[in-house]
Amino acid sequence: MAIEILMPALSPTMEEGTLAKWLVKEGDTVASGDILAEIETDKATMEFEAVDEGVIGKILVPEGSAGVAVNTTIALMLEDGESPDDAVVAAPKAAAASIPAQVAAPVEAPSAVEWTAPEPDWPEGTELKKQTVREALRDAMSEEMRRDEDVFLMGEEVGEYQGAYKISQGMLDEFGSKRVMDTPITEHGFTGIAVGAAFGGLKPIVEFMTFNFAMQAIDQIINSAAKTLYMSGGQMGAPMVFRGPNGAAARVGAQHSQDYAAWYAHIPGLKVVMPYSASDAKGLMKSAIRDPNPVIFLENEILYGRSFDVPVMEDFTVPIGKAKIARSGTDVTIVSFGIGMSYAMEAAEKLAESGIEAEVVDLRSLRPMDTQTVIESVKKTNRCITVEEGWPVGSIGNHISAVLMQEAFDYLDAPVINCTGKDVPMPYAANLEKLALTTTDDVIEAVHKVTYR
Amino acid sequence: MAARKSNPKSNVSAEELLSYYKDMLLIRRFEEKAGQLYGMGLIGGFCHLYIGQEAVVVGLEAAAEESDKRITSYRDHGHMLACGMDANGVMAELTGRQDGYSKGKGGSMHMFSKEKHFYGGHGIVAAQVPLGAGLAFADKYKGNGRVTFTYFGDGAANQGQVYETFNMAALWDLPCIFVIENNQYAMGTAQGRSTSSQDIYKRGEAFGIPGEAVDGMDVLAVKDAGERAVKHCRSGKGPYILEIKTYRYRGHSMSDPAKYRTREEVRKMRDERDPIEQVRDMLLTGKHATEDDLKAIDKDIKKVVNASANFAKESPLPDLSELWTDIYAEAEL
Repeated sequence: MAIEILMPALSPTMEEGTLAKWLVKEGDTVASGDILAEIETDKATMEFEAVDEGVIGKILVPEGSAGVAVNTTIALMLEDGESPDDAVVAAPKAAAASIPAQVAAPVEAPSAVEWTAPEPDWPEGTELKKQTVREALRDAMSEEMRRDEDVFLMGEEVGEYQGAYKISQGMLDEFGSKRVMDTPITEHGFTGIAVGAAFGGLKPIVEFMTFNFAMQAIDQIINSAAKTLYMSGGQMGAPMVFRGPNGAAARVGAQHSQDYAAWYAHIPGLKVVMPYSASDAKGLMKSAIRDPNPVIFLENEILYGRSFDVPVMEDFTVPIGKAKIARSGTDVTIVSFGIGMSYAMEAAEKLAESGIEAEVVDLRSLRPMDTQTVIESVKKTNRCITVEEGWPVGSIGNHISAVLMQEAFDYLDAPVINCTGKDVPMPYAANLEKLALTTTDDVIEAVHKVTYR
Repeated sequence: MAARKSNPKSNVSAEELLSYYKDMLLIRRFEEKAGQLYGMGLIGGFCHLYIGQEAVVVGLEAAAEESDKRITSYRDHGHMLACGMDANGVMAELTGRQDGYSKGKGGSMHMFSKEKHFYGGHGIVAAQVPLGAGLAFADKYKGNGRVTFTYFGDGAANQGQVYETFNMAALWDLPCIFVIENNQYAMGTAQGRSTSSQDIYKRGEAFGIPGEAVDGMDVLAVKDAGERAVKHCRSGKGPYILEIKTYRYRGHSMSDPAKYRTREEVRKMRDERDPIEQVRDMLLTGKHATEDDLKAIDKDIKKVVNASANFAKESPLPDLSELWTDIYAEAEL
């Protein structure tokens, strides 16, 4: 029986990749450890090694193939006594993985729903192009670095490695090592240095490889960056951006899967944004870099590879502190932000099939928070649910519920429901992880509860 | 490198000696007054006095240029006066009044002056160390030839972020002088009970940062060491460590009865090593000043300090609207 060589998952969030190059051909004898192929993920080009010994019988996926799903059979290896013809017969199933896909699939968040906001952030008729969140973030940083010499990027692996998540790809080449600065693995220290550099008149962008590691540096973020303007009577502050992936990625366990939205949104002196789409990522990043205050910019690893429409404009910015109506509706308001938007939008589409028209508000900014847009929407729909991946106690949803109680009580026809991550550390097992996050079904169920139908 | 003994006959002019005397005495009298106002309830919260340590900042300011930067911990009144900040503004901040450097919103531990390149006043032990390296980073980025004096204590020297900072400061050749003001007590814990190796200045060796121990009760020794450090940093050779051995006469803060050391220990230091008395002796024995000259100086300084106390009492409390200002800087988009 021929051995199936499967498309490997080469990162926690990889769903598919490009088979860039075969380094073996049919008939070659390979030993374990030999490099069979080069595979491009959305983050890097990786070498793929043979695990077994044998002869390459049949290459099923030619080089240059893009979008090859993880676990697709890409080649067959012959054992002693087998001929290539046996192999072809023995290979009926492409993409029929030996591990059930629903268990192995690393990403549980729904894919992007195609949608256009009723009132986009760009003038009517603006040319649009499809861009990933990753590309949008890089373009935003690069545009601002071209515009202002005082802006620089620092963090672990931002330079020569081209970014742990490839956000800063190509930036070292363009801006040089003075402005795209690799740091040692020393969050507390380099964050303090960046805050000091901001006091000294520069505009640092600090990349945390993930926001989980920023907990090592949170004293500098809060006590030094956020409070100094106030403590100095307005004399000096920290014009800078702290950015990086936040929240659950996939299958990386409790210490690497935490949503810090509510933590930072709590702090006066900080601005906090958490975009969902590529256009918001771009426009908010440019605003964040120009803002004279410390801005926490919460990204999401799973969203990095998602594509959205981005306007082709000379200088596109999105103001901090302004929510967006992502979908108009009359029956219920769903408030979300960041990756929560993917559940919110998918739920809204499904609800529409059963005749419930949800209005979806993408907060985009968590501090300052555009609660007025939420209130106006609730005045129309009289019902509200919130969606986020963070924990339930002291969540963003809690805050919105409180604001609605105080400022729109008479308009509410049902209690506000907060859909949140479950109140547990993130488990590793795929099924438990899925259970720990909020889901589209949770959102739909909550909407049924508040609409009483 | 061992502690260097300064030569009192080294080429220091009478004017310079006199100015060190005045600067140190101003800090001493100011701090005594602050202690008094604290006792009267006019200053609240935490108040950490600098009495005994005056030679450290005065010696280093003598080695600094005005546009160099300084940053320190919460024991910061001396640093502010030494870099030329106005005694009135500092005292009014201590009393939490509108005319204080931070409009009364910072207090003893959180004061700043952009004009005098004083970057605080930081209340979290050792947090100012990476911040200071960051100031130096900005200067190096701009290529403006400035150096940053980053002050911290023997207690802060045991924080992890200090060593993260040493590593990067050396790696990137930051023009940063790390000034360890070793006053021998981290709050109430004597250095021997908190610190495995007593020579803190050697802790840069692992990172390739030169360091030296300095007699911090001798303002001329401090100045000499400061000049070596400044020369090193300004020439682009990277950071430098000065461990300045000093002594605080008062408790850690106003509420500290200082039971962890004997009265004799403090008295001996005051009697034998006092930094101001040492300069006073030099002035008199060198015939640079007469007793009457010095009395006149004392009188002038008392005037300045009393005026600052009056100013700080009369300055109004901040307007209630100040609660909501300075949280965010206005964006100019």
